[in-house]
This record gives sequence, C-alpha cells and structure tokens, in this order.
Amino acid sequence: MKTVFEYTRGMLPEETTYCPGCTHGIAHRLIMEVLDEKGLLGETIGVAPIGCSILAHHYMNIDMCESTHGRAPAIATGIRRVHPDRIVFTYQGDGDLASIGTGEIVHAAHRGEKITSFFINNAIYGMTGGQMAPTSLLGQKTTTSMDGRMQEQSGKPIRMAELIATIDGAVFVERVSLDSPGNVRKAKKAIQKAIEVQEKRLGFGFVEILSSCSTNWGVTPVKALEWMRENMIPYYPLGNLKSPEEVK
Amino acid sequence: MSEKVLMKGNEAFAEAAIRSGCRYYFGYPITPQNEIPEYMSRELPKVGGSFVQAESELAAINMAYGGAVAGGRVFISSSSPGIALMQEGFSFLCSTEIPLVILNVSRGGPGVGGIQPGQADYYQATRGGGNGDYHLIVFAPSSIQEAVDMMEMSFRVAEEYRNPVMILADGMIGQMMEPVVLPDPIPAALMEETSMTKPWALTGTKEARPHNVIKSLYLKPEELEDRILEMDRKYQKAKEKLVQYETDGLEEAEVVLVAYGSTARIAEEAIDLLAEEGIQAGLIRPISLWPFPYEAFDKIPQKVKAVISVELSRGQMMDDVKIGTKGRFPISLSSRVGGMLITPPEIAADVKKALGVE
Repeated sequence: MKTVFEYTRGMLPEETTYCPGCTHGIAHRLIMEVLDEKGLLGETIGVAPIGCSILAHHYMNIDMCESTHGRAPAIATGIRRVHPDRIVFTYQGDGDLASIGTGEIVHAAHRGEKITSFFINNAIYGMTGGQMAPTSLLGQKTTTSMDGRMQEQSGKPIRMAELIATIDGAVFVERVSLDSPGNVRKAKKAIQKAIEVQEKRLGFGFVEILSSCSTNWGVTPVKALEWMRENMIPYYPLGNLKSPEEVK
Repeated sequence: MSEKVLMKGNEAFAEAAIRSGCRYYFGYPITPQNEIPEYMSRELPKVGGSFVQAESELAAINMAYGGAVAGGRVFISSSSPGIALMQEGFSFLCSTEIPLVILNVSRGGPGVGGIQPGQADYYQATRGGGNGDYHLIVFAPSSIQEAVDMMEMSFRVAEEYRNPVMILADGMIGQMMEPVVLPDPIPAALMEETSMTKPWALTGTKEARPHNVIKSLYLKPEELEDRILEMDRKYQKAKEKLVQYETDGLEEAEVVLVAYGSTARIAEEAIDLLAEEGIQAGLIRPISLWPFPYEAFDKIPQKVKAVISVELSRGQMMDDVKIGTKGRFPISLSSRVGGMLITPPEIAADVKKALGVE
C-alpha cells in the first residue's frame, strides 16, 4: 500500500503547552517537515527564544538550546562559527526579536550570518499575558494599552521584514501568514527557500510568520484567523521582499 | 616548546589562550584590554579559528555561549563596565553548565568610572551581578607569567566543572610588559573528540543519538530546586578542590597584609620597607578569589596585632578577610581607588597606623 501521509520525524510525540488554536504548532511542524524532507534533521541546530516557544526544544527533534531574551541571533552566530557545515536557525517571537533583541537581529543580518531566523509575529506578548508588542496594531487593546495602542504614545507597529530587507547581508526575506490552508502552503515554500539559501551559504535568511494568539487577543481560534486577515495582513503585506537568483 | 619573550600583558593573555586550544573569541572594544581583540582578530584565523567583533558585550557573551554550547573552546575578554553588561550571560551559562574562560582586565568604577587600573570588580566577580544561586570560579594573577600559566588551567577547570571561570586581572597587568615563558601549544580538540569529551554539546544529532537540549528554564519548582542543589554540590566540591593562595612570613609576623593581583606585588615592597624599620609583616595572597582561601587565615599566629586588607577598592575583599579571620584580629583597610595606585610607603603608613606606632 502506498503511504500518502506520514507524521514528520522532526516533531517529537509530545503534548505541547500551547493554547488551543495557537499557530506555533503549525510553524514548528512546517520547519521540521522541511528539514525532514531535505534530510537535514541530523545536521541542524536550533535556538529557542524567551517566550511561549522557549519550550520548542520539547517538540523539535533536533539539537537545540534555550536563549537569553532576544539574543538568539548572537547565540546562533557562535554556533555557526563552530559548525560552519551545519544548518543553524533561530525561532523568535515579536517581543524577543522586535523589541529586546533588535540589536542582535540587525547585526546578525548585517554580518550576513549564514543562519535563518524564523520570526513569529502575533502582535502581542503571549507568555507574559498579553502586553503590547512593538508589532501590536494601532488601536489594538492589550494589557498595557487598555484603550488601544496609540501612535502618540507608542509609535506605529514595526515592520521587521521591511527593516531587515534594507540590510545587505540579508539575502532572503519573506513575510508569510498562517491564517489559511493556502497561506500555510506558501509559508512552507518560503521556509524551504530560506533553508536552501542557508544550504548554499548565500547569506542571512529571514522569514516573518504572521501568527495568531487567540488567548491574549480574547477571541476564538476561528475569529483569530479572521482578525489576522482583516487587520494584520493589510498592515503587514505578505510576499517576498528579497531572494537571491539561486533559489528563485 | 616553551619560549621566553618580552610581551605586553594583554597580548600574552591572548597568545596563551590560543596556545591553550582556544579557537573562538567574541569581543567588543573596551579600554584597557583592546590589544586582546586586536591580537585575536589577527592570529586566530591563522590557526583555523574564528574571531567575531560583536555589536555589544551583550552580544559577545551570548556568541560565546553559542560557541561553547556547540562544543568549541571559547575565550572572551572585557573590562569592568563591559563585564557588568555580561552578568546576565554569566548567570545563564552557570545555569546551563557551559564552560567558558572570561578575562576581566579591570578598571576603576562605578559607572563608566575611568580607564586606569582598579580592583573594584571584586564583588561583581566573586558575588556576581546576575540573578540566582550561581558562582563564577575566579582566579587573580599577580604577574603576566602567572596569568599565562593560569590560562590552560582555567580551561581545564571550566570544562571539568562545566562552569565559567573568570581570570580577574587589572589594567596594570594588562598594560605592562614583562618577560614571560609561553606554554607549549596544545592542539584544539577535533569535533570527533568533542563528541566524546563533551557529549552534551550541540553538534547535530546525525540521527545517531537522541537530540541534545541545553536549557535554563525549569517551570516546576521541585525540578528547579533539584537543579540548584545539584549545582551547589559542584560548588561545594570547588570549595574543597580549587582554593589557591600563597603566604609569606606569617610565623614571624606581628601584622599581616592581605592583597591579590598586582596589588600583592606592591604589598611585598611595603613589607620590605617595614622590615627596614623593624616591623615584621606577613602576606596572604589569595589566588582563587572564589572559592576564597578562608583556611589561609587559620595560619595567622595569635600574637598578630592587625590584619590589613590592601586593595584598590573600598573594602570589598575586606568582607572576605573578616569572614576568614573570624573576629580573631582587628581588621583595617589600606586602599587607593579611582585608578590611583597605592604605593609601598602609603601601605607602610597604614600598617603603622594600625599598629599604633609613628
């Protein structure tokens, strides 16, 4: 009988601590599927952030370490120097990458570190209980912006993919979304290309993955996906911002 | 083969690290240790190593964690305010049990302070500025030769204890030139060896073993308590095995000076000055600052009239001197700070004051 579906060996058979409806599980699985399909699970070292996905190493079946808050790209830099022939990636949320860790992500990109950063943007601090993130939308209610984020007070939400794309060392930059099956398939393609960029040692790769946080947004998982489509995607346009010829 | 050369302290430290098998250095410029990143950027690539100029000390300590977590032999250096920025990383490396050798070429503080030599990092080195129950293992050399000899030992201790080791030097040792015998180079460990000697390292599973995970987070209090107690057993063992100190002239002494690092050399000159005036002074020179050599103080004869902590800080080491002497002797401080070096006559004057002689 022909096997039409197999669960990836990249994911361990663990029950996750993520909330029902959380899209971390999808993002984890897409990355692990890509590595599995490329035969890279045994060649890959991952760095987990501070945030809900600090426990990514419970689920991802690869060598992994935890990180201090925001410093994953610096840690990946150190790993990369010791193992120039391995695949090294960071998996970071918006508080980790776009707030406390802006220095490290910008300079890892600037050095053209041959690593890949997966940036989970769900427009809120998840693990600490729903505070405003640098990527929270204007008017978005959070526990530190109860009347909605105001530009006068907190500025406009930061678009990391666009910012990273201005840096020469970043050679592959794409924003994807996990709001629909079609977009999930596109996300996997972007992850495939980003890993291919690293396999070919072309430079720094960055994939921003728009994600949901129904718990802290205070909506049902289905409504959360609708909220992403109606509010996040218009502000954070999907698509490729930068790609080298070799993977086009 | 060993060779005797005249070298500036900072360059000798860097060369000693390379000869001790270090192949990875991550640093950020800060005075008075800039010769070290400069030397590493020049020399490490020649031996197949890697130098990265980090964007900050925060990034540097985390790059160092990355290199060490991957199994590499990593060395970093900085100076006092830069070390302050690395404290979160030190706590994190201790919690994840990752070996690293850190050189602190310390200067005056607090804050930006100055760029002249200081010893006011005693607390930040031995007590730590990071969170939690952890210790750096701290050694303090008093000469370039001692620092060079300490380097290989520090890597061995860091790897045996799976804990960061700090070599606490000061701007004086970093900037001076002295003749020094460099150790024979030892080859860097090959990755195949690393998987044997560091089975915990992140090298990629090759799908031949279960995945390695290096973690610091323990959400269950009972698990975290077990971890902390396990680490504490290691620290208790360090207290038994790693204490190092020198004593001189304690048996004849009527007064005892306690000094570490380059200050110990100035204290030795003060002892000679005092001898000329008929005052017998002994010396305790702690070499390991954590664990501190409290046992050395049991050797002080009961007839001693005063114990004096000589330091380029306002009594930071004196706290440990008080613990070591257990109230048996009057304790006083002989100190200059802010980058001012204490002179032998100044120490001698403080000694005479403590003894009540003019």
